[in-house]
Amino acid sequence: MSILPLSLDEVSFRAGDRALLDGISLTIESGPKTVILGANGAGKSLLLRICHGLLGPSGGKVRWAEGTTRQYERQAMVFQKPVMLRRSVAANVAYGLRLRKIEAGERARRVADALRRTGLTDFADQPARLLSGGEQQRLALARTWALEPEILFLDEPTANLDPGATRAVEEIVSGFHDSGAKIVMTTHDIGQARRLADEVIFLHRGRVAERAGADRFFAQPSTEEAAAYLRGDLLW
Amino acid sequence: MGQAFVLALQLIAALDAELLEIIARSFAVSLAAVAIAAAIGLPAGAALAVYRFPGRRAVIVLVNALMGLPPVFVGLLIYLFLSRAGPLGFLGLLFTPTAMIIAQAVLVTPIIVAICHRLTRDLYEEYRDQLCSFGARPHDAVRTILWDARVSLVTAVMAGFGRATAEVGAVLIVGGNIAGLTRVMTTTIALETSKGNLALALALGLILVLTAIGVNAVAMSLGGVSAYRRG
Ligand SMILES: Nc1ncnc2c1ncn2[C@@H]1O[C@H](COP(=O)(O)OP(=O)(O)OP(=O)(O)O)[C@@H](O)[C@H]1O
Ligand SMILES: [Mg+2]
Repeated sequence: MSILPLSLDEVSFRAGDRALLDGISLTIESGPKTVILGANGAGKSLLLRICHGLLGPSGGKVRWAEGTTRQYERQAMVFQKPVMLRRSVAANVAYGLRLRKIEAGERARRVADALRRTGLTDFADQPARLLSGGEQQRLALARTWALEPEILFLDEPTANLDPGATRAVEEIVSGFHDSGAKIVMTTHDIGQARRLADEVIFLHRGRVAERAGADRFFAQPSTEEAAAYLRGDLLW
Repeated sequence: MGQAFVLALQLIAALDAELLEIIARSFAVSLAAVAIAAAIGLPAGAALAVYRFPGRRAVIVLVNALMGLPPVFVGLLIYLFLSRAGPLGFLGLLFTPTAMIIAQAVLVTPIIVAICHRLTRDLYEEYRDQLCSFGARPHDAVRTILWDARVSLVTAVMAGFGRATAEVGAVLIVGGNIAGLTRVMTTTIALETSKGNLALALALGLILVLTAIGVNAVAMSLGGVSAYRRG
């Protein structure tokens, strides 16, 4: 049985008297790749963190289809700035598997597979923090790949990457999707959103302004804010 | 003075039996004390960085204050506990090397807790969300940051060892400076100097200085290695 769908019911997040997220009701189903778009500060990262469980909402409810007692075990997240553990590349991948008590043989198999898929096999024994930005981003993906999550949250996984590295990351993300994982990601790269998205959630000032299939959204956004964002006109 | 210095060097060069015995006991006592202090202080320091509980700030302030405990005062406290009439008097530990180990462990533990806390706090700030996302619970996080900070934590342990070998007040009170039993480098220096036997005192003083230099050199070279390893 799956932990999906994930449902958010009137979720809000407040800091002081500022409502950073407000009245967010969403159902995230397994299947289509969901891309969250919105200007800087619209609340995309916050929304992902609340979905993943790193932050509790100030109001409303976040519910998984199944119980949430071991909520992290079946999901994973790639952060806007991934944190490299001060260990080797391979040990970074093995870390989450150890926490899940995956036995050594299976662990070694999954580590090797994840490194191969992300093209990091040759770096296995290097200190992770000496990798370049793009390699670190791929390692962050390798770590989550090994965990075989049912849902993967990605927060701007290709910010600061060159076009080749961006393409490599997109291919890995598509690989996740093909293996059956649900993808929920944010990006500021409209071209990337067009390439990857099956559906789009558009956030504006902490609210869901629009949610639509990707084809519809890019061809004919139904809100003025989304249209302006796509034209590059909307500033906050 | 010059003569005493020459005699001191001669004692060291000749590997004088009494000298070696005192050095060996000093190291044994301080190493045991630091091992105990590290076993308690490292997990405690990392736990202070990870767990949030009421009174946590007060504990941190207290630990930092305890870093500066005067050794004679610690010696006096342990003495009161271990003396015949004290609550632990039945153990018969007063004036034994074990009492000295206890006293030094009490002195060194706050140092290791405080330094470990400082070193692991920033690391945990950086790691927290990532570890949480991996599904790490707080006790997993404690083990993880201890392991990932291991190279810099060696400096905390070294600082503790330096403090242990150099202090005189506590071991003098609880050890009693008994020849062949509880005499260590610092207490011997104090005694021999007052007796006018400057050669032995000076020889031990030189060994103490060399120990301090050695400890710092090791700590610094480890720091260099870790800076590279961590990128
Ligand atoms: N823990 C927090 N406490 C208070 N304010 C916060 C917190 N986290 C984020 N914010 C604020 O909430 C707003 C939304 O932040 P968020 O990081 O979600 O934006 P974003 O849509 O991801 O933007 P970007 O595209 O720049 O990454 C910002 O104004 C930010 O300053
Ligand atoms: Mg963001």
